[in-house]
Amino acid sequence: MMEALFTDYTLRTVALGASLLGVVSGALGGFALLRRQALLGDAISHAALPGIALAFLVTGSKAPLVLVTGAALAGWIGAALIMSVTRRTRVTYDSALGIMLSVFFGFGLVLLTYIQRIPGANQAGLDNFLFGQAAALVEKDVLVILGLGSGALVLLAVFWKEFKVLSFDRAFGATIGLPMKRLDHLLTALFVIAIVIGLQTVGVVLMSAMIIAPGAAARQWTDRLGRMIVLSATFGAVSGLGGALVSSSAHHVPTGPAIVLIVSAIVVVSLLFAPNRGLVWRRIREWRHGRELRVDAVLLDLYALASQHTSSDHPHAERVLNVMSGVSASARPTLRLLELLGLARKIDASRWSLTPEGVERAQRVIERQYGS
Amino acid sequence: MSASVEIQLIAVVVAVACALPGVFLVLQRMAMMSDAISHAILPGIVVAFFLTGDLGSPWLILGAAGTGVLTVALVELMRKTGLLKEDAAIGIVFPALFSIGVVLIARYAGDIHLDVDAVLLGELAFAPFNRFVFGGVDLGPKALAIMSGILVLNAIFLTIFYKELKLVTFDAALGAALGFLPGVMSYALMGMVSVTAVGAFDAVGSILVVALMVAPPAAAHLLTHRLPTMIGLSVGLGAVSALGGYWMARFLDASIAGSMATAAGVVFMLAFLFAPEQGYVPQAIRRSAQRVRFGRTMLLIHLLHHEGSPDAARECSVDHLEEHLRWEHGFAARAVRSAVSKDLVIRSGNALALTTTGRDAAQTALVHM
Amino acid sequence: MATEKIDAAIDVRDLTVAYGEKPVLWDIDLEVPSGVLMAVVGPNGAGKTTFLKSILGLVRTAAGSVLINGRPYADMRQRVAYVPQRGSVDWDFPTNVLDVVMMGLYGQVGWVRRPGRAERDRALMALDQVGMESFAERQISQLSGGQQQRVFLARALVQDADIYFMDEPFQGVDATTERAIIDLLRALRERGKTVVVVHHDLQTVPEYFDHVMLLNVRRIASGPVGDVFTEEHLRTTYGGRVSFVRAVAAAT
Repeated sequence: MMEALFTDYTLRTVALGASLLGVVSGALGGFALLRRQALLGDAISHAALPGIALAFLVTGSKAPLVLVTGAALAGWIGAALIMSVTRRTRVTYDSALGIMLSVFFGFGLVLLTYIQRIPGANQAGLDNFLFGQAAALVEKDVLVILGLGSGALVLLAVFWKEFKVLSFDRAFGATIGLPMKRLDHLLTALFVIAIVIGLQTVGVVLMSAMIIAPGAAARQWTDRLGRMIVLSATFGAVSGLGGALVSSSAHHVPTGPAIVLIVSAIVVVSLLFAPNRGLVWRRIREWRHGRELRVDAVLLDLYALASQHTSSDHPHAERVLNVMSGVSASARPTLRLLELLGLARKIDASRWSLTPEGVERAQRVIERQYGS
Repeated sequence: MSASVEIQLIAVVVAVACALPGVFLVLQRMAMMSDAISHAILPGIVVAFFLTGDLGSPWLILGAAGTGVLTVALVELMRKTGLLKEDAAIGIVFPALFSIGVVLIARYAGDIHLDVDAVLLGELAFAPFNRFVFGGVDLGPKALAIMSGILVLNAIFLTIFYKELKLVTFDAALGAALGFLPGVMSYALMGMVSVTAVGAFDAVGSILVVALMVAPPAAAHLLTHRLPTMIGLSVGLGAVSALGGYWMARFLDASIAGSMATAAGVVFMLAFLFAPEQGYVPQAIRRSAQRVRFGRTMLLIHLLHHEGSPDAARECSVDHLEEHLRWEHGFAARAVRSAVSKDLVIRSGNALALTTTGRDAAQTALVHM
Repeated sequence: MATEKIDAAIDVRDLTVAYGEKPVLWDIDLEVPSGVLMAVVGPNGAGKTTFLKSILGLVRTAAGSVLINGRPYADMRQRVAYVPQRGSVDWDFPTNVLDVVMMGLYGQVGWVRRPGRAERDRALMALDQVGMESFAERQISQLSGGQQQRVFLARALVQDADIYFMDEPFQGVDATTERAIIDLLRALRERGKTVVVVHHDLQTVPEYFDHVMLLNVRRIASGPVGDVFTEEHLRTTYGGRVSFVRAVAAAT
């Protein structure tokens, strides 16, 4: 499969395009995630459709750069309208998103079907943008992705610290003299570009995942913005490459969905297994902590019982420890654990006592908890 | 009935069926769930289709409803981990589910006409060809039968649970305290959305479902504060969008669903611009009048503060207003003119002075602050 | 020798902010001399945060002007530092304490350039001033309320400004942090800086501040605490909840 990457022109092109797309959408999507713009990405990708149709109608050309420019303009206008509608009336953000998304898209459909009726005009290729037809990517498309994508990434790097402030504390940024409104427009524009270069590959519906999922996954692995964005770009690239490979080797698996499923899997794995934040680690930590608490509790119970007798290895019935343990669990598993740790010893079927090490540790726990 | 009438009937029924749950989605700020659900139900439909082998089976609707509820459950689950915000969860869950659906179709149903195009876009024009035949009688287009059934279901649900829906929408905490289960209501609402979406797929596709669930209620929200009125208006505006869209499509020979979505957008835009209280144009006009009134009051109070004081001559002059209050030239002149015309201020050259009425007005204004 | 008029640190004239027809701030005149610790108090919704934000240009004004050291605010940004409310940001943002403090210097670092060693050292010094130097690499989501507040303070201190505007810095912080903050503010005052603080707790006004402004849409009164923080003024500001007001005034 991997050598096909070098021999098969189509696979090479698709893989390259998809990976580049993954890098750009992952990088810019990280910021979108932090700015809570996941669904804005969805709306912009739908809003791009009439732009594509109009670009074709106006120029008669289906050159990728032309169509992408049309898509970008339409996406940008859509985003601007959303902002303006929510600012001036009590229409809520989510409603504005939903309206812009469906109305622009619907209008795009009208244009597409209108184009279909024009004699001689061929709407094939235009609806690649709808569903993503990665297999139809050619070198020119990849060059557009590369060109626009690297431009966007360069600007991201140049204005990195300003974008950081914009995303974290916009009001503060204004007070130190940064032009927050213009920076916001710029970052949104880069966001629009990241979206429209991906439409051909994954299509309108799936684009929001390409934008958000890599960043959501990356966030779980690191607490540093720089690393998060780099990791997000990496996840995007891996998903793109992986999707292309899977799609070419398996039968009847379209590239777009393959990419999205891979990146979604990365998200799930990250949510579960990332150190620190990951749910599995959280559960283990809680369990360990709970166990530690139980160990200390039973140890201290044994110590308390023992201190009522002359020798510390006086045995005590498990039943007593169960009662002292409180309502829920039996003390037996913890006693077994104490035995394993060398802190307690089983005398017979149901009686336990402390070892000298156990006594020592109990004393240390008391010191720690209550001060010496 | 002619095909044209049948199509329009279907269109209106779809619009009304969508408006009902749409009102509550919009009020609960969950409009984008309509987008998420209408895409995410794809795998549910596909699996149901695989199990029954029949594209027209009612199990498809159940499959869709189930997946819709699953979508909401997954989003909630992700949100509760605290590792993701809700919008990110939505933006990840529905594309993943949609992808599963697409892959299933591509791999196992490639030659059967369960076409992704149709799912997204639908085509109302073909609806009259698909008849609902019961006991040998042609009862009209299948789409009409299905959507009417769904419309009735939605209406019944709304009627029975009106109180609960209203409470949950406006005060979830109170609803929970009173023993209504906001969670259950929410899931039920999403179930409604899923069922409506799948019913409408064949005819109009998922995008139009979003347009009809969000735009008419959002427009209605700009026109009224009362829930019953809002529901009624949403239904009406939805119907208007449907019919308007149909005729637009006829005229342009273009996609009916797309035209209906566009028409819904136009309706919303008109409401956005011209709604008497909330609309942009009335607001702008009012704002303009407000600013002059406001400026006039400020002028009166300013004069009141400074009359009789040592720097009265300087403070109570027209030029000074612009400098001191940082007003533009035109605005100061308008405020002064307005005050003079209402007999609140006397102007002699550059100097301004309060009349008795003006002084009273200034003092009243001060008290009311 | 002719006496020169020393510009007030902050000179607010006729500041008016309105939403539609509803005035939020009305015709505010205020002169704050330098080297002063001033509290801004008033009931909820009285416009205190809006007052700060309108001075800083974050909110559009219907009328009025603001002079900092005799010059318009827009020209004097680098002499002014802002400490917003803690709740105004998402503390789950992936960044650490040092990074947040260095953000205070981004305006001075300029475009394209990355903050370097010099900025890092200044940030560490500022953190040291608030007792958070050992937290420099700590992720901000792991901070307590008091620690968050101190980070915001350090971000303001690092700018080495003359005038500081703070929005409820004592809200929801532990006692140790509160003492640390007030010591810090007093140290700023000793160095001739001017500090304006929106304050939520009337009880501590006489103890912490030397000047106060009573605000309820309009400026009720302003000036030295001793002269201004009276029962009568408080009653006008807070609308006559007499026993509460009397208790506070008695504490002065």
